[in-house]
Amino acid sequence: MDVELLSRLRNGDEEAFVMLVGRYQQPMLRLARSFVPSQAVAEEAVQDTWLGVVRGIERFEERSSFKTWLFRILVNRARSAGSREHPSAPIESLHTVDPARFDAHGQWADPLEPWPEESDDRLEAATWLPILKSALDDLPSRQRQVVMLRDVEGLSNDEVCGVLGISGGNQRILLHRGRTRLREILEAELKKG
Amino acid sequence: MLLLRRKDIVCQQAVELVTDYLEGALSRRDRRRLETHLRACANCAAYLEQIKITIQLTGAIEPDDLTPEARSDLIDVYRRWRSE
Repeated sequence: MDVELLSRLRNGDEEAFVMLVGRYQQPMLRLARSFVPSQAVAEEAVQDTWLGVVRGIERFEERSSFKTWLFRILVNRARSAGSREHPSAPIESLHTVDPARFDAHGQWADPLEPWPEESDDRLEAATWLPILKSALDDLPSRQRQVVMLRDVEGLSNDEVCGVLGISGGNQRILLHRGRTRLREILEAELKKG
Repeated sequence: MLLLRRKDIVCQQAVELVTDYLEGALSRRDRRRLETHLRACANCAAYLEQIKITIQLTGAIEPDDLTPEARSDLIDVYRRWRSE
């Protein structure tokens, strides 16, 4: 889909621009917001990114995916627009699952209830997705960035590392924490019934 | 005190390995240890399943629709850029 849209965008096709905006604007805003202190600054960074895309489209080489290229521009703009993150802050990586769930021997204190079968997922998705979405917005910013790019947008781990400028190890730690937290929220929601 | 062989892992360790496991980032030795544990532990097997469902559901998040105002703002901006 992107390839065709891109060649249309190169030819100045406004409709192609509108379609790309429709597809990527919200994920970009969400990602930008995790770097900057306000929604207004995030919107500015996103708009700046679109300008970069329109102006740089001739230079885009299709060796990397458009999505990766787009997110990389965005992350650069958002970082220079006023970063609130501390890239050098150490990521401590001991336990992410609540230690209270385990007994003194490190075994589950209470049995884990399996979730409903996959066949029910479609029914559940409508109720779970909004919960998951707000849980995603509540993740610490660096976890949110990785989970969004990896699990929502489906970038590969190498692409995520490239976009965010982090190591594979750090990417996995952030992803692990983010996924662990999202699972926890879904579990709590299911318990409520 | 539970007697653990060196190669055994407990649940609390197993759950911290699932992401590296799914990402294919575990050493062969750790992967074997985790798989041995998962075969013997229904709780951790269920946990891994839940993480997979979580990933699957996260992948189903769709971008929100743009408001018509936001869309037309961006079109204006695009036209301005094009005419520069």
